[in-house]
Amino acid sequence: MTVQAGAAITDAATTPPRPERRPFRLGVGRWGLALYSVLAFVFLLIPIVYTIVFSFNDYRRTNISWRSFTLDNWLGVCNAQGVCEAFANSILIAVVATVIATVLGTMIAIALVRYRFRFRAGTTLLLFLPMATPEVVLGAGLAAQFLAVGVAKGIGTIILAHVMFCISFVVVTVRARVASLDPALEEAGRDLYGSPNQVFWRITFPLLLPGIMAAAMLSFALSFDDFIITTFNSGAAVTFPKFIYTAAARGIPAEANVIASIVFFASIIIVVSAQLTTAARRKRLAKKA
Amino acid sequence: MAFGAFATEAPAAEPAPRKKSRIVLFLLLPGVLYLLVFFATPLVSLILTSLQAPSVIGDIGRYDYAFQWQNYVTVIETYWPQILRSFVYAALATLFALLFSYPLAYFIGVNLRRFPLLQALALTLVIAPFFISFLLRTLAWKQIFADEGWLVGTLQSFALLPSDAQINGTPFAVIFGLTYNFIPFMTLPIYASLERLDLRYVEAGNDLYASSWTTFRTVTVPLSMPGILSGVLLTFIPAAGDFVNASRDFLGSTDTAMIGNVIEANFLVLQNYPAAAALSILLMAAILILVSFYVRRSGTEDLL
Repeated sequence: MTVQAGAAITDAATTPPRPERRPFRLGVGRWGLALYSVLAFVFLLIPIVYTIVFSFNDYRRTNISWRSFTLDNWLGVCNAQGVCEAFANSILIAVVATVIATVLGTMIAIALVRYRFRFRAGTTLLLFLPMATPEVVLGAGLAAQFLAVGVAKGIGTIILAHVMFCISFVVVTVRARVASLDPALEEAGRDLYGSPNQVFWRITFPLLLPGIMAAAMLSFALSFDDFIITTFNSGAAVTFPKFIYTAAARGIPAEANVIASIVFFASIIIVVSAQLTTAARRKRLAKKA
Repeated sequence: MAFGAFATEAPAAEPAPRKKSRIVLFLLLPGVLYLLVFFATPLVSLILTSLQAPSVIGDIGRYDYAFQWQNYVTVIETYWPQILRSFVYAALATLFALLFSYPLAYFIGVNLRRFPLLQALALTLVIAPFFISFLLRTLAWKQIFADEGWLVGTLQSFALLPSDAQINGTPFAVIFGLTYNFIPFMTLPIYASLERLDLRYVEAGNDLYASSWTTFRTVTVPLSMPGILSGVLLTFIPAAGDFVNASRDFLGSTDTAMIGNVIEANFLVLQNYPAAAALSILLMAAILILVSFYVRRSGTEDLL
C-alpha cells in the first residue's frame, strides 16, 4: 500500500519540465490512490451501516439475524428495559464532565501559551501523561484510590474520572487556537482603554470560542463513548456503553442500535454544519479582503 | 470532532513573556490540582496497592499495605502469555493501521488539497466511526464474522477456509478489531503532517532524478515522521491496554486474553487488587519507556 502512495507521488522525472502554475502531477497513481481511498471509506463505514440497518430489524430476543423491516424499535425506543436510563445517565455524565473539563482546560491552555512560569515543563508533562496512559491503568488507578479513601462508586465518581481524562484533550485543542490568536487585537483593545475584563470577554473569548466549542465537542464524545475507565469506577450505575457491554453476553436489543444511530446522525449534523459555517465565514472574509 | 486535536496549524510564535504570577496561578491552579488529585495520586495509590498483601489468607478482597514485591514476580509468572500477547497484538494492529492509513492520509492531505470541501468530507468519513458506539461497532464485526454468517460461508465454499474453521475468537479477529477501532488515531496525525508537506521538496527530488519510490522514501516519509510517530503512539497505547476486542463476548476467546482483560478480571471479578495493580504498573512502565523514546526524538515541547 505504501508502494502505491510512492508511485502516486509523481512521474515528473519522465516528463519534460512544465513551467506553468500546476507544478505537481500525480499521473496514473492518483486514480489508484483515489480508488483505494474510496474502498477504505467503505470499509470504515461497514459497521456503522450494519448498526443502522439492524436498528430496523424486527428482532425476537436477539438482534443477530435479519428477520424483517419494522419501525417499532424507533417508535418505542425506551421499550427495551434499561436502555433509556443508561442513555440518560451517559448524557448527564457527558454534559457535566464536558462543562468542567472545558473550563479547567481552557484556563490552562491560556496560561500555557501566554505566560512563562517556573513549572511550565512540569505542567506540560502532567497534561501529557494522562493521554499516554492506557485507559485500564487510569481506570484501575482511580478505582484503587476510591477504594483506599472509601468513596462509594456511582455517577459522581464516573464524572470525576471523565473530567480527569478530558482535560488534556481540551488543553491540546484550545491551546492551538490561543497560539494562532493575534496578540495585537488584544493590545488594540487595551489601547482603547478596555479593562482586562472587557478585553477578555469582548475580544479574547469570542475569538477563542470556535476552539473551545471544538474542545467541548471532543470532550463530550470521549466521555459519552468511554467504557474502559467507566467500568472501573461506575459501581452499580449503568451508562450506555456499559449497558451494551453487559447486554453483549445475552443479546443486544435493537433499541440500542436506534440510540446509537440517533447519536451518530446528531454528531454528523453538528460536525457538517460546523464545517459549513467555517467555510462560509472564510468565504465572507476572503470577499472582504 | 477529534481531528481538531490533530489537524491544527503549527503554533504561531508565542508572545513575549509577561510576569503576572497571580493570573497564572488563578488559571493553572484548579486544573493542575484536579490532575494531581485525580490522576497523579491514583497512580501512587496504584503503586501502593500493587505491594499489598492479603489481610488474612483466604479472605477475598481485603488487603493491607506491605512491601510485597513478590506480587510482581507472581503476576509475571502467571500472566506472561497475556502480557506478551498484548504487545504483539498491539504492535501488529499498529503496523496494519499504519499500512492502511498512510495512503488514505496521503490522498486526503495531498491530492484533495485544492478541494477544501471534499477534504472536509473525507475527514468526516475518517472520524465517522467515532460517532457510533465503540462497542456496537465491534459487535457489528463480530456478527459479520459469525460462524453461520455469509462471510464465513462464502470463504468456506471457495475452500479459502476449512469447513470447521471460525473467525471469531481467533487472534486474527482480535487484531482485526484492534486495527479497525484505532485506524482514525493513525490516519489523523499522519494527515495533519502530510497536509503541511511542501510539495516543492518532492519536486526537487524528482528534478534530481530520484525515482518516485526513492523520493517517497527519502523525502515524503521523513517529512511526515512526526505524524507517523504520534499515530503510532495514539494507536499502540490504547490497543495494548484494550480489553473489549479481545474479550469473549466480542471478537476474542479465552485464548486471546490480553493484559487489559486480566486487569479487569482481577480488579472487578476476583477482587485481587494487588495483582491488577501490579499488572497496571507493568503496562504503564512499558508504555513510559516507549514514550520517553519518543520524547527524546522530538523534544518535550511537541508533547502537546
